[in-house]
Amino acid sequence: MSTAKHRRRLAVPALAVGAGLLLAACSGNENGQNSLTPRGPAARDIDTLFRLVAGVAAVIGIAVLVATVVVAVRYRQRRDRPDAPRQVHGNTPLEIGWTVVPALILAVLAVPTVRTIFTLAEEPPASERLDVVAVGKQWWWEFQYPRQPRFGIDRRIVTSTELHIPAGVPVNVRMISDNVIHSFWVPELNGKKDVMPGRRNRLTIEADRPGTYLGQCAEYCGLAHADMRFRVIASRPDAFRAWAAGQQRGPNRPWRGEVQQLTAQKYQCVNCHVFDDSSKVALAPNLTHLATRTTFAGGTYALRRADLVRWILDAPSMVPMQSKDCRKPPPATCVGMPSYVRNTPKGQPVMTRRDAEVIADYLLAGR
Amino acid sequence: MTTVQETLPAPRTVGLLLRRPRATTGLWSWLTTVDHKKIGILYGGTALVFFVIAGVEGLLIRLQLAGPNGTVLTAAQYNTMFTMHGTTMVFLVGMPLAVAFGNYFIPLMIGARDVAFPRLNMFGYWVFLLGGLFLYSSFFLGGAPDGGWFGYTPLTSTPLNQGFLPGRGPDFWAVGLIMLGIGSVTSAINFIVTILNLRAPGMTLMRMPLFVWMMLVVAFLTAFAMPPVTAALLMIIFDRNFGTLFFNAAAGGDPLLYQHLFWLFGHPEVYILILPGMGIVSEILPVFSRKPLFGYAVVVFSGIAIGFLGWGVWAHHMFATGLGPVAVSAFGLATMLIAVPTGVKIFNWLGTVWGGSLRLQTPMLFALGFIAMFTLGGLSGVTHSIVPADTQQTDTYYVVAHFHYVLFGGLVFAIFGGLYYWWPKVFGRMLDERLGKLNFWLMLIGFNLTFFPMHILGLQGMPRRTYRYAEGMGWDDLNLLVTLGSFVIAASVATFLVNVALSTRRGAAAGPDPWDGRTLEWSTSSPPPEYNFAAIPRVGARDDFWHRKYTEDAQGRLVPLPAGGADAATATAGSPPGSGHAVGDGHGDGHGIHMPSPSYFPLVMALGLPILGYAAVFKNPWLAIPGLVVLLYGMYAWAIEPATAED
Amino acid sequence: MTDAVIATGAAHLDEHEHTGTGLANTKLGMWVFLASECLFFGGFISAYLLYRGRIVEGPTPREVYNIPFTSVTSFILLMSSLTMVLALAAIQRADDRRFRIWILATALFGLVFIGGQVYEFTEFYQEGLALSTNVFGSSFFVLTGLHGAHVTAGIVWLLSLWAMSTQQKLGAADAERVEVAGLYWHFVDVVWIVIFTVVYLIPT
Repeated sequence: MSTAKHRRRLAVPALAVGAGLLLAACSGNENGQNSLTPRGPAARDIDTLFRLVAGVAAVIGIAVLVATVVVAVRYRQRRDRPDAPRQVHGNTPLEIGWTVVPALILAVLAVPTVRTIFTLAEEPPASERLDVVAVGKQWWWEFQYPRQPRFGIDRRIVTSTELHIPAGVPVNVRMISDNVIHSFWVPELNGKKDVMPGRRNRLTIEADRPGTYLGQCAEYCGLAHADMRFRVIASRPDAFRAWAAGQQRGPNRPWRGEVQQLTAQKYQCVNCHVFDDSSKVALAPNLTHLATRTTFAGGTYALRRADLVRWILDAPSMVPMQSKDCRKPPPATCVGMPSYVRNTPKGQPVMTRRDAEVIADYLLAGR
Repeated sequence: MTTVQETLPAPRTVGLLLRRPRATTGLWSWLTTVDHKKIGILYGGTALVFFVIAGVEGLLIRLQLAGPNGTVLTAAQYNTMFTMHGTTMVFLVGMPLAVAFGNYFIPLMIGARDVAFPRLNMFGYWVFLLGGLFLYSSFFLGGAPDGGWFGYTPLTSTPLNQGFLPGRGPDFWAVGLIMLGIGSVTSAINFIVTILNLRAPGMTLMRMPLFVWMMLVVAFLTAFAMPPVTAALLMIIFDRNFGTLFFNAAAGGDPLLYQHLFWLFGHPEVYILILPGMGIVSEILPVFSRKPLFGYAVVVFSGIAIGFLGWGVWAHHMFATGLGPVAVSAFGLATMLIAVPTGVKIFNWLGTVWGGSLRLQTPMLFALGFIAMFTLGGLSGVTHSIVPADTQQTDTYYVVAHFHYVLFGGLVFAIFGGLYYWWPKVFGRMLDERLGKLNFWLMLIGFNLTFFPMHILGLQGMPRRTYRYAEGMGWDDLNLLVTLGSFVIAASVATFLVNVALSTRRGAAAGPDPWDGRTLEWSTSSPPPEYNFAAIPRVGARDDFWHRKYTEDAQGRLVPLPAGGADAATATAGSPPGSGHAVGDGHGDGHGIHMPSPSYFPLVMALGLPILGYAAVFKNPWLAIPGLVVLLYGMYAWAIEPATAED
Repeated sequence: MTDAVIATGAAHLDEHEHTGTGLANTKLGMWVFLASECLFFGGFISAYLLYRGRIVEGPTPREVYNIPFTSVTSFILLMSSLTMVLALAAIQRADDRRFRIWILATALFGLVFIGGQVYEFTEFYQEGLALSTNVFGSSFFVLTGLHGAHVTAGIVWLLSLWAMSTQQKLGAADAERVEVAGLYWHFVDVVWIVIFTVVYLIPT
């Protein structure tokens, strides 16, 4: 078989497979978390730059692959060819060439790179932007909206897991942690930024259009790092104002009577949670307006009554926690939510299903 | 070098309490040897065992991720698996395998009889083995490390009882790595002094085999990179156990300080890992192409350039931490710059193969595979240097793909090439060629099936270090493919182990020079005698051994010399003058050559370290005392023991 | 400890002792080791410098440092380098008695330095500065403590050499061992000079 035929036999299937895989990548996983389907200006800038560089890299990569195969086949030792290769030690002009050309290609790529770095680093002007604060917790995201009358936010809003923003408006996300390092990443809107204790980082996100954009913590932060998810819900500006207004109201049902007795005294949920005031920050998610959210449990479960009841009874069975000692007084350490049916310390009540349902129905009231 | 130098009158009780070991065969000889060849085999065998262990950890990871919401492993188990997989592969497989090859072949390639410090060499091995056992004992003693192979603070640095990571895992990790670092630095010092001081007459630096050059650069990188990470690990240990506030943000500490110190080590570390592989490939390609390395000097200087530039790019692991546009631009540009010398090497390797007369045997297949796969990994690295793009890629499966392409497609392929290439020299038997080819193809296919899809998974939003992923993300099929690929890799490694077992029983006997090699190790028997060379060769040129066998005609084509290995007198015009003595010249049986004697004290001194390690992890001062005693006794006895025993 | 090259001028280097760099193996090895130690101390010095401006509460450097006192102990450590040089010169000319005097003096000066450190640390502790008080305490004590540990190891080494000399086991032929110990000792002194300057003398 001639070498040319050999080459064709190998190269074509290889290229076809390669191209196929690449196409699959680009075409379209519509999972809401795909950096290759940018939905905001920052993500688009990044995607454009990436496709340019990846294209150059792919061409070079395929060229080297093909060259390796071609050389291996073409110069294979053959019985009908003399085994006396020329003992070449080098070729200075060639070596200079393949030093300078890659350097030039990289220099060219450096220009849009640095330009994009500085563009993305700019803070949007204060008069145009919405400010939010993202706090990385173990293992959930808290979002705070400081008072901004321009957006109908007349006092602080504290919520978790779902970050509502108005579409078409740049949002300045300032981020901090009070525990370990996390990373705020919503790929369809921007690259990621680490969230650290003692250091305030910021990131701009902006969605072109209303929609739901998924995000996830992207810095290993311990046991349930994989379950620390969130979503950005962009809506039309009037819908956003309506949402904000709703968040600033009191709870849909007054927090008193049996549910207050259960959450404040019997099971002491108030040690960590807040049920009736959406401006308060606490150790655990503010649940005042849980009913307006679509997911819970760090974004790992859709908000459905059955799962919520299961969670209230035994959260560690749904997301791993380090919470065996959470129902004990300090200095017992606690990361997460305890189970109310297992590992119950002496003197503490085991939660009944009925009690969990009462609490769940309060939380879901108005849904 | 290695002749008798009695600098002290012989003490009456040699080494205080312990008589000098005398065994030259059997288990005891392996425990007390100071022969660089035996030590190389020990490093290699131990590292391969850890390779299989870390591979199993990888398979468990892949079983858990084969589908969404996997339940094969709990989150805690998974987090331990990826931590130990990374830690083991970097510190207990990658680095020791390079030291294995370096140990066995540096002295042979430079025409020396052993390394500069034979007992220190053995000490380094014991520290490696004991450090690895120490790290793995954590599984039974309070929890294996689960903070990632990089151990970011404050996740790993808060005290045990307030910890974000419960259990002693981070303590075992930090103490274990410090221990392993001590072993690495002693090896590095040994290699530097050996290469600079013990070269045979006529072997100038620019006549050294390229593998030796790469090991020299690697040794310097190791000696200078381990200290900053040792400092960082000590800070973690102090924060956890002595109440210091290095990474306590509320007190003004800065978790980012840890990342700077860690990556100041971490980036040179990746060059420590890959440069030996580049060296091995640079040895294989010329032999199996039957022509010299294309642009030897440029390849040497690229290696040195990479060694230097590698110190200036560490913060490219930190592009998402908020360093500011100026800093990230600077590090991004520096990272792009380092692609240039790397690319040069790839083109030089292709230039080596071009126009050659290729023998596509197993070592060559792995070397060619290295060129292709490492290039792909290098290119994904270039995409990482594009800072805005990296903010999407970092901490996702895209970067996992990148570093596996360079470390597996690169280093592991080169290691397997080196194993097949040098196995005959070390063990005197060939590995089976058909099984070798099967090994290669299974590994190439399995590797690409496993790691290519990860580029796509990362771009499609899948973060790394996650014990499970949700349904409906569109990641299921690719993850399943990846898992299947990982089992193909397992099959390829199993093929290698079968090949080893069969070769031990009935492998074909290898002569001194089965591949028609170019460098001095092929001028000795297989395996070489304890003293390596009956007479130290006089080196007249690069690839001196080759030039004793071949010369060139007027068109530069290869021409064999009559009666290969004959001395200079019968060489035709064109062969370099001063080509050395043939093997068999001088004292053929090595009579009258004094080699350094075996010793207990490297082992004794090394034993002190894990004892101290347990004392540190369990905060037990009572353990520290025997640990110190053993360490100091071993050190003192070693110091007063002469290098070579009286006959 | 190894295949040492005899360093005295009287011995002649035959071809077996020829080294590629001209430096004996142990000496070259020690230089590489000391270079790596520079990066080790560099890590802790960087941490100290970074944290100097981030003290949240507790004593600050200006409040606790006693520069005159530390100057005296630093001077003593500096003098110990001088005695080390004299010790090496003595053994090179086979003057065992002088060697023992000077090496003992070096060790003793080192001990005085360590004693001064201990005193200084106790004073700081009584003024409210501990490892866990603030980042200054953490970085200061760890940096100077590690340096002190290196000095202590050096003192043990020097005293061992002294002991070997008293047992007639260390002669002019072993001058290189003393030289290598001297390299380590001088390094430890140089590191202190850097620490003293950067940590004590240069104000925030």
